[in-house]
Amino acid sequence: MRNVAIIDYGLGNLLSVERAFEHCGANAVISSDPDFILRASHVVLPGVGAITNAMESLSRDGLDEVVKEVAQAGTPLMGICLGMQMLLEESEEFGLTRTLGLIPGRVIPVPNTAPDGTSVKIPNIGWYGLRVGEADVPWTGTVLEDVQPGEAVYFVHSFMASAADHRHHLADCVYGGNPVTAVVMRDNVVGCQFHPEKSGDVGLRILKRFMTL
Amino acid sequence: MRNIRLIGRLDVKGPNLIKGVHLEGLRVIGSPTEHAQRYYQQGADELIYMDCVASLYGRNSLHDIVEQAARDVFIPLTVGGGIRSADDANRLLRCGADKVAVNTAAVANPKLITEIARRFGSQCMVLSVEAKQIGPGHWEAYTDNGRERSGIDVVEWVKQGVALGAGEILLTSVDRDGTRRGFDIELIEAVSSVVSVPVIASGGMGKPEDIAAAIHTGGADAIAMADILHYKRATVGDVRKAAQAAGIDVREFDHA
Repeated sequence: MRNVAIIDYGLGNLLSVERAFEHCGANAVISSDPDFILRASHVVLPGVGAITNAMESLSRDGLDEVVKEVAQAGTPLMGICLGMQMLLEESEEFGLTRTLGLIPGRVIPVPNTAPDGTSVKIPNIGWYGLRVGEADVPWTGTVLEDVQPGEAVYFVHSFMASAADHRHHLADCVYGGNPVTAVVMRDNVVGCQFHPEKSGDVGLRILKRFMTL
Repeated sequence: MRNIRLIGRLDVKGPNLIKGVHLEGLRVIGSPTEHAQRYYQQGADELIYMDCVASLYGRNSLHDIVEQAARDVFIPLTVGGGIRSADDANRLLRCGADKVAVNTAAVANPKLITEIARRFGSQCMVLSVEAKQIGPGHWEAYTDNGRERSGIDVVEWVKQGVALGAGEILLTSVDRDGTRRGFDIELIEAVSSVVSVPVIASGGMGKPEDIAAAIHTGGADAIAMADILHYKRATVGDVRKAAQAAGIDVREFDHA
């Protein structure tokens, strides 16, 4: 049985993340206990809302250091939505917010103008197909191994990751004619901008694969 | 450019899925849980749960139903009805809701919109508006599931709501609700042309093809479907096909 620790720092719909992992056969536990999190076989950093709030809440309990320790220990770590954005070094939301720095790069606004000059609604809310990132990193051996390019997942966000190294940019989607980062990955650390726990069967396949890593 | 969302709407009274006409004369349809599962399997992009007597009793009774849905329905869930405070919202989010839809309490206390948006993010705060036409190009916002007048102009109200932090508008035409006469396109257009956030058109869908005008002319970003799905006049898949035939981008969904 895989023990998945879902980090609770007071934000977000954690129940759905827990239920989705349970549906995939994991023993998933929502926890803010550092010892428990550090002992888990897999760790999930969820999150919704504003990044400054999220970083403050995470740091208040010292869980920012716990997440870094998890990453250093080589334990598979998945950030979801805002949890993914926190994996990068800094975010442009509300000036500049320093984040966990586990993947080089920063978090930037989703482009609000299409290549043809028309305006694009922000936030991006909806289902969009995944495609291979710009560096053509194959999905084999990653959380996307069981996903076909074009299969759609659920996004709700106004900011997105911009990885400094294109090889960390595993997948994106196209919103308003612009590429929008969907998955970043560096070694044992992976981040999904979309919500796999809210993306039907495609999302469940991603979570199942994560548990085999 | 953007994918239009197809949303199943479940109006709930006590343990039952119900449906009325003009939000009144509620008829029992069946089990909300079974219908939710069916729409999920059909490829609904989201579900909206509305407790339609909650404002009357001052509380939302959807906690158990939402918690049940979160077990086996893995798409976004919006829950509304009787949410009076950020703590009420938090309780529903803890039960598995991803967003809350607020109408009556927001009309009484617009600051609640900001409070919920600040605490949980704008993406979580859906302003639910029940609109009734009072003259050409004019609609009044109703509260308490279409029972009470507010005296507030719908177009002014949605502008204010978005300025206060609403991340999405659930726009229900009380005039069209349950009538199968098609969406109130003029209403949808009046609202979506003044707000920058997504607008969910609700009320009146009679046939899958009705989606075309709501999107192309009205400018809606999503449609909510109740009667058309509950009475099995169409499946979510039928609506998806009609959307594609009308040149509307929707999620690719495999019935595998």
